[in-house]
Amino acid sequence: MQMTYAEAIRDAMRVELKRDPKVYLAGEDIGVFGGCFGVTAGLLDEFGPKRIVDTPISENFIVGHAVGSSACGLRPIVEIMFNDFIAVCFDEMCNQAAKVRYMFGGKADVGMVLRMPIGAGIGAAAQHSQSLEGLLTHIPGLISVIPSTPADAKGLLISAIRDDNPVIFYEHKQMYGMPGEVPEGDYTIPIGKADIKREGSDVTIVTWSWMVQKSLAAAEKLAAEGINAEVLDPRTLIPLDKEAILKSVAKTGKLVIVHEEVKTSGFGGEIAAIVSEEGFDYLDAPIKRVAAPDTPIPFSPALEQAYIPSEEKIIEAVKALF
Amino acid sequence: MDIQKKQLLEFYQQMVTIRIFESRVCELFAAGQIPGFVHSSLGQEAIAAGVMACVEKDDKVGLHHRSHGEMIAKGADMNKMMAELFGKATGTCKGKGGSMHIADMDLGILGANGILGAGYAIATGAAFACQYNETKDIALCLFGDGQSNRGPFHESLNVAALWKLPIVFICENNGFGLSNPVKEHLATDCVSDRAAAYGIPGVTVDGNDVLAVYETTLEAVDRARKGNGPSLLEFTTWRWHGHFEGDPAVYKDAQEQEEWLKKDPIPRFAKQLLEQKNATQAELDEMQAKGEALVDAAVKFAEESPWPDVSELFTDVYDRQM
Ligand SMILES: Cc1ncc(C[n+]2csc(CCOP(=O)(O)OP(=O)(O)O)c2C)c(N)n1
Repeated sequence: MQMTYAEAIRDAMRVELKRDPKVYLAGEDIGVFGGCFGVTAGLLDEFGPKRIVDTPISENFIVGHAVGSSACGLRPIVEIMFNDFIAVCFDEMCNQAAKVRYMFGGKADVGMVLRMPIGAGIGAAAQHSQSLEGLLTHIPGLISVIPSTPADAKGLLISAIRDDNPVIFYEHKQMYGMPGEVPEGDYTIPIGKADIKREGSDVTIVTWSWMVQKSLAAAEKLAAEGINAEVLDPRTLIPLDKEAILKSVAKTGKLVIVHEEVKTSGFGGEIAAIVSEEGFDYLDAPIKRVAAPDTPIPFSPALEQAYIPSEEKIIEAVKALF
Repeated sequence: MDIQKKQLLEFYQQMVTIRIFESRVCELFAAGQIPGFVHSSLGQEAIAAGVMACVEKDDKVGLHHRSHGEMIAKGADMNKMMAELFGKATGTCKGKGGSMHIADMDLGILGANGILGAGYAIATGAAFACQYNETKDIALCLFGDGQSNRGPFHESLNVAALWKLPIVFICENNGFGLSNPVKEHLATDCVSDRAAAYGIPGVTVDGNDVLAVYETTLEAVDRARKGNGPSLLEFTTWRWHGHFEGDPAVYKDAQEQEEWLKKDPIPRFAKQLLEQKNATQAELDEMQAKGEALVDAAVKFAEESPWPDVSELFTDVYDRQM
């Protein structure tokens, strides 16, 4: 059925709340208020305050308690209001959630999900707009999921909730209202499987989250000019479907990576490195990256629009390879 | 309080065993057999013995970096513990945690923690799970005076009090946060003064008196188990050694150290046992001998155990190979 990205995320949580009594939600203003972006709207009425837990403004607690409660067998889905705030609870992800299983010699499951909205474009400026999905990929022990469509959001979130590892689930603010066809009921997508969002033969565009939508629009324009782009969405950064990326590059011989993170130390650098190491012979042109510039996110709409990678920049990067 | 003789002897047994274990660990560290950092709990044995006598196997316990004693008193296998400190394959955590991250989920021990102040939220999350599951289990959260100054302390105590979580926060005030004496790092006289900020009971008690520790903890545990919420206990004691083994502790006042050594909790309790005819010297000697035999066996086990296979480096990062 048709639902928006936000509705699909809510639907996934509803399916899991109904299926497993150990699943609960915790975060700031997720109850009566329904979350800052309305994603959890109505869940309090449906499931009650035991399952939909409004917390004080205490990010260390929100993330840290989920490490403890999941190690004791619960299935917390916790929400941090904006991805930017990961900075105030970084220890809980970096040193606790990610390492508990390993440090404990395999004797603990930290089956928690951390949901966070990413992305610019709403005039929220430097501290409420970042896309920091690359940051936590540097820390072994964490899974990073980053869907670009309503259906992917639902299928991946259900898989994330059922996973016994800590999963970070990145939701893009620009897509919350975006509709799409979403399977009803129990629907899962395996974690670690890329999806070709558009088949093509001339160039591979590897991209995720909102940039998938921009890249698809760019691909249509490129097609009109005779360039047939393949748009590959890894959907999860950790684990990364390397085989799918290498296979696509083997077919097209060209790679453009598009992400909204800043360019320096963005995850695109990692993908470029993998393809250079393991797929160099497939390439007949240099790898290109389209990313946000290395600046904080500006407030003024005029500047913010210049900051976000655009269809034009994607088209320009692709054309430079021909 | 009328404490059964069996329990009194158990306190003594735990204290001497911990004393012997910790002394041996220090020797082995000095001899180069134990790598990394060792934070000795010599002098603090009464807290471990008194506190852990108040909890059951299924109760959850969050520890910190100076917690070998608490692990032993909760019933951890000393052979495996010693092997863990050596970094051997047979260790509690397969040699992947070491002294600073030792944990035993089978006993509800949610780990020591190398990050000061990270344990509050994890233990509070465990208490949340106990409440959520409607069991009678409770959680304990142990920490030092120095780390009581970390911000997450506030977040977790506020939430625990707000939600009446079944948890007892226990500060082992051993006089120092590394080189900083308490009066130079704490704005109030006592850590327990802060309980007022959360509307929960807070007391400071002689931590070298095992009976006082036991009685105080028992009351707080009972309160938690009955659903009446958390307490903040502070047990005053003295860190006999430097912060870590190898620290000459030049910042300590020699006379103060002298005076505290005279307050050694073990002979003090032995005197009580003998005077009140709860034990004979022969019984005390027997317990000493038993502790020595247990620790001898633990050292032998650790020494004879194999190193982990290098393939173990890659296991337990996730629940599956990624
Ligand atoms: C967040 C953090 N800051 C600093 C340290 C380094 N450090 C380890 S133990 C310690 C002192 C802790 O004092 P206290 O909490 O009183 O415990 P004690 O060592 O006295 O048992 C310090 C500064 C750390 N491990 N983690």
